[in-house]
Amino acid sequence: MSEVLVLVDSSSLVDGKVSKPTLELLTIARRLGEPSAVFIGDVSTAADTLKEYGAAKIYTVDDSEVSGYLVAPKAEVLAQLVEKTSPVAVLLPSGGEGKEIAGRLAVKTGSGLITDATDVQPGDGGSPVTTQSVFAGSYTVQAKVTKGTPIITVKPNSATPEKADGAGETEEFTATISETAKAARITASEPRKASGRPELTEAAIVVSGGRGTGGDFSEVEGFADSLGAAVGASRAAVDSGWIPHAFQIGQTGKTVSPQLYIANGISGAIQHRAGMQTSKTIVAVNKDDEAPIFELVDFGVVGDLHSVLPTATEEIAKHKG
Amino acid sequence: MNIVVCVKYVPDATADRTFEDDSTVDRVGVDGLLSELDEYAVEQALQIKEKLADDGDTEVTVLTVGPEGATDALRKALQMGADKAVHVQDEAIAGSCALSTSLVLAEAVKKIEGWDLVVCGMASTDGSMGVLPAMLAERLQVPGVTLGSAIEVDGDTVRIRRDGDTATETVEGTLPVVLSVTDQSGEARYPSFKGIMAAKKKPLETWSLADLGVDAELVGLTAASSTVEATEARPPRTQGQVVTDEDGSGATALVEFLASKKFI
Repeated sequence: MSEVLVLVDSSSLVDGKVSKPTLELLTIARRLGEPSAVFIGDVSTAADTLKEYGAAKIYTVDDSEVSGYLVAPKAEVLAQLVEKTSPVAVLLPSGGEGKEIAGRLAVKTGSGLITDATDVQPGDGGSPVTTQSVFAGSYTVQAKVTKGTPIITVKPNSATPEKADGAGETEEFTATISETAKAARITASEPRKASGRPELTEAAIVVSGGRGTGGDFSEVEGFADSLGAAVGASRAAVDSGWIPHAFQIGQTGKTVSPQLYIANGISGAIQHRAGMQTSKTIVAVNKDDEAPIFELVDFGVVGDLHSVLPTATEEIAKHKG
Repeated sequence: MNIVVCVKYVPDATADRTFEDDSTVDRVGVDGLLSELDEYAVEQALQIKEKLADDGDTEVTVLTVGPEGATDALRKALQMGADKAVHVQDEAIAGSCALSTSLVLAEAVKKIEGWDLVVCGMASTDGSMGVLPAMLAERLQVPGVTLGSAIEVDGDTVRIRRDGDTATETVEGTLPVVLSVTDQSGEARYPSFKGIMAAKKKPLETWSLADLGVDAELVGLTAASSTVEATEARPPRTQGQVVTDEDGSGATALVEFLASKKFI
């Protein structure tokens, strides 16, 4: 059976554990062939989990010439592994970094590239068929790669991780990193502080705030915590400096597709809808009954979030009793 | 310094965008414009030029690959303050994938004499792949200093702040560099009346694939490295119940709704 390369690096580890999106990639890889995890860095805390979720092989790559630089060395590692293994596909996580590695790998290997897949299935002859949500979530597109090795970046929450014991055979891979690849240097790095809340793109419930918060996110956060939800924000809130960009939902931020999305004080411009309109259930609280967000909702409250959210938070606490 | 800004002419994101019969993006039925995210790239290029203040030695060239109408995107960038424009236009290019587009762009950049810095937006607002800056850096074999939310040019060093998912990083590279900037990098300026008038006299060149020495067989829909098999409009969402809050009734109704859906 042919190999499917799955990129896992130390940034895919959360507190030393393999992140959920990586397990999703392994699950998807099993549909297409035999998953081979490509692990850049120290695999010791991750190897068992990778095996448990179906990795037949784990290529471990020394990160001394990779970390400290931007994406180019990782693309070189993958290109050399593509040449060695002739995989049926290469899967990467759909973040800024994953997409850039994928882009470089596509150029290096002369391959087609599909980004932001929300589903990947084996098509005729085994070549993967992807599903993507495009034009701010207003269209669904099926596509496939027709040249070279299919390179696909996959969004979080695109599959339910399933356990399947793999051989988990570890093989050290020595890659040659060029000087050109080491030309973009990371000279400082400050880890983002963990909020203790669920990861935005993985959460079942997302509670977000916008301009209507007036800059105070405590009510949004309190309400989110009562539901065990992740906190998100509109671009207006981020641009105002009220909350870091990592929380932004929309065209230039994260795309979320949770079971429940609750927008508070967010008008619902197209750029925001692009990041949330595939959510299963949508709720909005907004003072303005004309806000376009209400066109999307399953349930809406026309009212001031500063009074609605604290009251709702209290009632949920009582409900839980 | 010689700065090249790559921009894309895209269908207006606020209009109802759709597909042609061959599954390419409909660029006729919807008004096109300069991709909003590329305005940030133009802005940063202009700011770099202004800060250098090297007696007018810095030149900003705005470059696009696109259909006839893409001239509009170039004009907007010229009105904002870019010095000259290059439009790569060739019927054979229609339907090109990102891989071929990056090839054409890279060859066009190489043809611009003495380029030091290529500036791109973080992604287009139509395809939204966000891979072209990385592809360009790969093809040009120069450092890719990408997704900058704060940009600084210090001698021949380009330094950015990159707000990643797990960390905020400082990244730098030595010229020549491909730089991409996010929408956090700073509000883009509006063209002034003076800028609009001045843009009319600025040079705008049109290049064909032959001018670039790119084989037409390598680009276009038939040479694309990926293909769209089906497109389907997502059914519009139907609006559910909307209540108006009066003395806490909204919160109660909200909690009842959440309970009815078993979220609490």
